Amino acid sequence: MNVSVIVDFLIGFLILAGALLCLIAAFGVIRLPDVYTRNHAASKAATLGVMFILLGTFIYFYAFEGHFNSRLILGIVFLFMTSPISGHLINRAAYNSGVKLWDKSVRDDLKKYNSNLMDKSSAD
Amino acid sequence: MLEIVIRIALFCCSLAMLGLIYRVIKGPTVPDRVIALDAIGVNLVAITALISIVLKSHAFLEVILLIGILAFIGTVAFAKYLEKGVIIERERNR
Repeated sequence: MNVSVIVDFLIGFLILAGALLCLIAAFGVIRLPDVYTRNHAASKAATLGVMFILLGTFIYFYAFEGHFNSRLILGIVFLFMTSPISGHLINRAAYNSGVKLWDKSVRDDLKKYNSNLMDKSSAD
Repeated sequence: MLEIVIRIALFCCSLAMLGLIYRVIKGPTVPDRVIALDAIGVNLVAITALISIVLKSHAFLEVILLIGILAFIGTVAFAKYLEKGVIIERERNR
C-alpha cells in the first residue's frame, strides 16, 4: 500500500462525503416546513459539502499533477466566510418582510424584542 | 476507483440540484426561492470542481471563485431588495 493509494482513498472519501452532504442539504430544502428551517439546512450542509469537494479537488491536483492551486484555497475561505452571511441576510429579510414561522414553532424571541422596542418608543 | 467515485458524486450533485430546482419552482414565498437559488450556485461550484477533475485540467478553477462571488453578490442584492425595496439607496433624506 503506497502513498498514491492512500491519497486516492482520501480524495475519494472527501468527494463522496461532500456530495452526500450536498444531497442531504437538498433533501432538507425540499422537506423542511418553513423558510427558516430550510435556510438552516441549505446554508450549513451545502457549505460544508462544497468545502469538502473543493478540498478533495485541491489534494487531487496537488498530489497527481504537482500543481499547487491557490485559487481553490481562496475559494474554500471565501465560501466559508460568505455563505453563512448570505443565509443570515436572506433570513433577516424574510423575517422583516413578514414571512410567518412554522405554525408548530414555539418561541419567537425577536417578536417580543420588537414589541418591547415599540412600547418604549411610543412611551417616549 | 476514483473515476467511479467522481461519477457517483456528480450524480449526487445533480440530484441535489434537481431538488433545489423543485423548490425554486414551487416555493411558497420569495425568500424560499432566493435560498434555493443560492444553494444552486453553491452546488454549481461543486460540479465545476468535479468536472475539472474529470477533464484533468486546471483551466476551470477560476470559475469556482467567480461563481462564489457572483452568488454572494446576487443573494445580498436580493435580501436588500426584499427588506428595503431598493438595492442602491440615494443620499439620506432626513
